[in-house]
Amino acid sequence: MNTIYFDHISATPLHPLVKETMINFIQNNNFGNPLSQHHIGDAAVEALETARRQVAQLINAKPDEIVFTSNGTESINHAIKGVAFAKFKKGKHIITTNIEHQSVARTLRVLMRFGYQVTTVPVDRHGLVNPNDVEKAITENTILVSIMHANNEIGTIEPIAEIGKITKAKNVLFHTDAVASGGNISIDVDELGVDLLSIAANQFYGPSGAGALYIRQKTEIFPLIDGGTQEGNRRAGTQNIIGIAGMGKAAELARIEMPQRIEHLSKLRKAFIERLNTLEDIHINGHPVLTLPGLVSVSVEYVEGESIMIMLEGDGVCVSTRSACASGSLRASHVLTATGCDYVTAQGTIIFSFGIGNTLEDIDKAFTSLQKSIAFLRSMSPLYKKK
Amino acid sequence: MEYSEFVMDHFRNPRNKGVIKNPDGVGEVGNPICGDVMKIMIKVKDEKISDIKFKTFGCGAAIAVSSIVTDMAKGKTLEEAMKITNQKVAETLGELPKNELHCANLGADALHMAIIDYYNRLAGKQKDASKEKVDYIGKRKGKCYCPYCDSVLLSETLFCSKCGKSITGQNK
Repeated sequence: MNTIYFDHISATPLHPLVKETMINFIQNNNFGNPLSQHHIGDAAVEALETARRQVAQLINAKPDEIVFTSNGTESINHAIKGVAFAKFKKGKHIITTNIEHQSVARTLRVLMRFGYQVTTVPVDRHGLVNPNDVEKAITENTILVSIMHANNEIGTIEPIAEIGKITKAKNVLFHTDAVASGGNISIDVDELGVDLLSIAANQFYGPSGAGALYIRQKTEIFPLIDGGTQEGNRRAGTQNIIGIAGMGKAAELARIEMPQRIEHLSKLRKAFIERLNTLEDIHINGHPVLTLPGLVSVSVEYVEGESIMIMLEGDGVCVSTRSACASGSLRASHVLTATGCDYVTAQGTIIFSFGIGNTLEDIDKAFTSLQKSIAFLRSMSPLYKKK
Repeated sequence: MEYSEFVMDHFRNPRNKGVIKNPDGVGEVGNPICGDVMKIMIKVKDEKISDIKFKTFGCGAAIAVSSIVTDMAKGKTLEEAMKITNQKVAETLGELPKNELHCANLGADALHMAIIDYYNRLAGKQKDASKEKVDYIGKRKGKCYCPYCDSVLLSETLFCSKCGKSITGQNK
């Protein structure tokens, strides 16, 4: 049975050219430490600096504004805690939204235990933040605004550029978690007006274990990991050079191939949504237009998402579900409930995230399997009443 | 997360799914807000469960448990069926993903409730459980309730503070 992989929001497969770059680096026996004073470290330095340029170009940054990390979560922790530590004398107030990834939400929860105050702005039914709410929330004590670029569960793209104008005028640092969007849609740090931006390679056909934090020049921030002088004294510890080399290549390919990729994914998304709309009692979550090109979050009434996921997997279709089973977190997805989705409907949510390797044929097969699964599960659901 | 072959078989080919018209006893546990509702209907003849059906809304484990419990109870005397404990169901199931263990507990509870409902009806307590449906969802939006005693749960609790039952919980 062929596998149809529709979970690119969890991880993307390595692009063949990324794989080649990484393998070549290994084959050439480039084990050196980039900080060595002899020539054995030269290849590592070159790989790092090439990747730094490639990643910088992807988001229109300067190479020295890129700090390599081990993943998106580390970048986010670094951005938030780093600013909080550097600015604690100026203030202890941070603004965020109620649909952030756990790596933002939990980092802030830890800071709250150290006396930081967090204001959470709400989103509308499409998952959009109102920039006016952010402006109103800013006080004299505000040191940081952290709002995600695109949501990883429903795909909604936030008005970061508008918020960026506000934070600039108010002289508050602005971080955006661009892990879900980085490498998938066009990003220009100057247009967005952000001071800090987090991305991860495994979201754009690069390896896992490699991420980056963009730090605008002159931004006051502490390192998250202290030690040596790596990454311009901003992130100590020897880098994951093989992974970073792969990330650089992936960033270059993402930049070059982006228009075609977006076109392809949008076509798949549109075709899938057309098919979904023929089903009864389903809801497509997120914003109809301001959305990631390859992601569809759908809530199916009267059934539970995990059971749909398992049935789809039986037909070789891999998807994800954020609505934890009752025995799990006992809570529906905080993103869906923030958009006003009721708790029961939220339980029946599945996320389809397409990739550049998927085809319209995959869409058809997955839809047939989905249709079958829903009918089967509804037939035994005590909540389902035939009309 | 991996389910065993046995659990997967019961999930994909559930035994006894459906409804019984005019059941002699109905048991329903769970709460759709938290993710599982299990409803078991029985027909009783000569103190034996002559027919049994279920309807379940929930994760894969919940559906498999419904199938397994109804299979275990079918043809048993009511006394024997009351001896099907949560633990026995869990043993029959074998390994379940840790955060889905509590699904195993719902099965025996729903079965026992159906049997108790049967006795109540015999005793003249005309309480038709099938009418106590889940129409409270709208009113109670936004909170989670214990699947056993229906009291409000704190968001990150591991057990129900009212009835003391374990709500095995780890964030997925």
